[in-house]
Amino acid sequence: MKKLSLDYKQLPLIATMSLFIVMFAIGSMRYTGFLSTQVFLNLFVDNAFLIILAVGMTFVIISGGIDLSVGSVIALTSMVAASLTMNAGLSPWIVIPISLSVGTIIGLGQGYLIHYYNLQPFIVTLAGMFLARGLSYLISVESIAISSPFFDYMAGTRIPLGGGNFISISVVIALIVVLFAVYVSLFTKFGRNVYALGGSEQSALLMGLPVARTKILIYTFSGFCASLAGLVFTFYMLSGYALHANGMELDTIAAVVIGGTLLTGGAGYVAGSVVGVLITGIIQTMIVFEGTLSAWWTKIAIGVLLFFFIVLQRVIVLRTKPK
Amino acid sequence: MKEQAPRLVMEGIDKEFPGVKALSNVNLTLYPGEVHALMGENGAGKSTLIKVLTGVYTIDKGTVTYEGKDIHVKSPHDAQDMGITTVYQEVNLCTNLSVTENIFIGREIMKNGRIKWKEMNKRAVELLKRLNLDIDVTKLLSSYSVAIQQMVAIARSLNVSAKVLILDEPTSSLDRDEVKQLFAVINKLKSEGMAIVFVSHFLEQVYEISDRITVLRNGEWVGEYAIEDLPRLELVGKMIGKELNEMSSISKERKSSVKGEAILHAQNLSKKGRIEPYDLELHKGEIVGLAGLLGSGRTELARLLFGADKADTGELKISGNKKVLKTPKQAIANRIAFCSEDRKAEGIIPELTIRENMILAMQGMYGWFKYISKKRQMEIADEYTKLLNINPPNPEQLIKNLSGGNQQKVMLARWLITNPEVLILDEPTRGIDIGAKTEIMKLMVKLSGEGMSILFISGELEEILRTCDRIAVLRDRKKVSEIVNKDHQTQHEVMTEMAGGV
Repeated sequence: MKKLSLDYKQLPLIATMSLFIVMFAIGSMRYTGFLSTQVFLNLFVDNAFLIILAVGMTFVIISGGIDLSVGSVIALTSMVAASLTMNAGLSPWIVIPISLSVGTIIGLGQGYLIHYYNLQPFIVTLAGMFLARGLSYLISVESIAISSPFFDYMAGTRIPLGGGNFISISVVIALIVVLFAVYVSLFTKFGRNVYALGGSEQSALLMGLPVARTKILIYTFSGFCASLAGLVFTFYMLSGYALHANGMELDTIAAVVIGGTLLTGGAGYVAGSVVGVLITGIIQTMIVFEGTLSAWWTKIAIGVLLFFFIVLQRVIVLRTKPK
Repeated sequence: MKEQAPRLVMEGIDKEFPGVKALSNVNLTLYPGEVHALMGENGAGKSTLIKVLTGVYTIDKGTVTYEGKDIHVKSPHDAQDMGITTVYQEVNLCTNLSVTENIFIGREIMKNGRIKWKEMNKRAVELLKRLNLDIDVTKLLSSYSVAIQQMVAIARSLNVSAKVLILDEPTSSLDRDEVKQLFAVINKLKSEGMAIVFVSHFLEQVYEISDRITVLRNGEWVGEYAIEDLPRLELVGKMIGKELNEMSSISKERKSSVKGEAILHAQNLSKKGRIEPYDLELHKGEIVGLAGLLGSGRTELARLLFGADKADTGELKISGNKKVLKTPKQAIANRIAFCSEDRKAEGIIPELTIRENMILAMQGMYGWFKYISKKRQMEIADEYTKLLNINPPNPEQLIKNLSGGNQQKVMLARWLITNPEVLILDEPTRGIDIGAKTEIMKLMVKLSGEGMSILFISGELEEILRTCDRIAVLRDRKKVSEIVNKDHQTQHEVMTEMAGGV
């Protein structure tokens, strides 16, 4: 019986994976051309930025927090990258580090406020969300198109995988982030402290864990991921725009939750979040293949799925509670 | 033992919180290989002393000497590095992590920046073996009982090769066998030279396990005694600052002949997996005790009477009328009140004041939209603060600043305000000091004298014997017998039934 309770915790992850496989199978049967390696790979190509965002968000949510600023940070990063490249004419070697530091600094600040002033992550990152979006408009209200050899290269390069299949550089970046995060979450002190923090902050403190450092690092990492996702998004769109990634923080949260991370913190897997992103991706793909459906059906499908998953989580939490 | 150098000496410790002097001039001396009981009522400063020692709070004044050296503990982590660890009352571990992880987190076995899970699991098994525990260490902590969680917490302290182990109320949620197991472990650690601080409200246990006692009262140091020099009654006297005869002064005229209409009559009530079918009658002005070991189904029985759980079978009559209680709200409407055992999780709302906490149930009964004037609220709060002798006698104080006993009194007031006919008290005396216990029991007797019917659940048989007219005994989720409380024979009868007959 006790063995079961462990499996319960992994149930959302298992459910997510099975769901993905079932959806892929349905798609393959319904639509000609769906069952191809490239369709699968395109899920990564089109969602690389979302994967990166979800990785950062996973840590935040496992720790029991939330980060609403990530969508706006994408916009701000894209604007900073675009304006530094096009208006200031700086080399990418300068543009990239500056862009990456944008989200990192915002995340650091948010983490600092959340911990030392004991503020709700929701409200702090909500403020961060408005701030970052506002700053993007400050740079320019217009969209800035980018044309530079470096960005063109990053956007256009196809890494062949044989059989005419390919992935983009962004996918490689995303996968490196994922592997790094999986390793961190399972095999480093920081990673385990994140879980402990999500289990009980009070306990973590009394067990002598570095709560302050861990918490601030979590939001810093999420901010960094948001900036990196911002760059990848910029490669994808080849423009900076203050309206980019509007509401994407919510897509990210949805993907993480569908990926099996408990919103209350303490349980979840980075790999699950990746599958969560792929599921949102496959819904879009199916709707494209369907041809006649409006893109809004994606939202409807994700909404239904989310409902299903939060109920599933609730059931699991109730079942695993002792007594 | 005495000729050894002390392992830890705390001298002249002062600690002040805004407005409160929590500790003044407190001393504590620990020798290797002893179990040292730290005694005092709630608010005496035990927890503060422990937290000061383990670096949760800083010391205002005084010195701490550890193995001959002056130390300044800055954080719990710091204390652990020195070998001073604490196992708190509410086991402070992360139940969402595995057993192994709970033992090692913060000092994982690393190699090349990578956690060695296999090695950690192996070490965890070894550590738990020292505590005579053989469990699957890769499972989540949440899949184990509180008793095992506590052992895991102790194993965690062993891992940091602790020299001072502080056990803060370790036994309050354990049943008898589990306590025995814990004591075996404590004795083993003691023989290995560990200095152990034992904090408990259970005098019996203190006398069973301890070598010496330090007594605190109101943040002040009363004295340090060898266990054999301090008889129980004297200890209690030192803790509360007066000779204690009050407990024995509670004895009521037992109305074993009360009959007539039962105010509450349960017939064949049950819930699958929680409590077997039982009958129970509660008459006007009667106190009925529910006795039984931990997990025998006491709370489960009571929850059915309050509609907190829905019964699968049977029926309930309230004042002769058949009622089906599906929610607590219906029970309240039928003038049944339930004071929960877990006051932290199910009772108090820490951020509200005493007054606001008191008014809640009354407001609930009136409906959430009926306004109760501030003046009326103040009157009620004042009245009950006085009646129950709540300290501080200021209804605008936040309840989280009160000691456990006083919080419990506020909970009691909350329900008394609704003027119930039936009052169900689930472990109202758990984890509170003797003074407050006595007051609560006196109050129960008084209320029953005024015609209120009370169902009293307590793990301490003594209390039940002192207050109840009848005692229902539970065992293994089943009501096994009902005994009229009449003479000193009763205790023996009840205990035999609790333990399993014969």
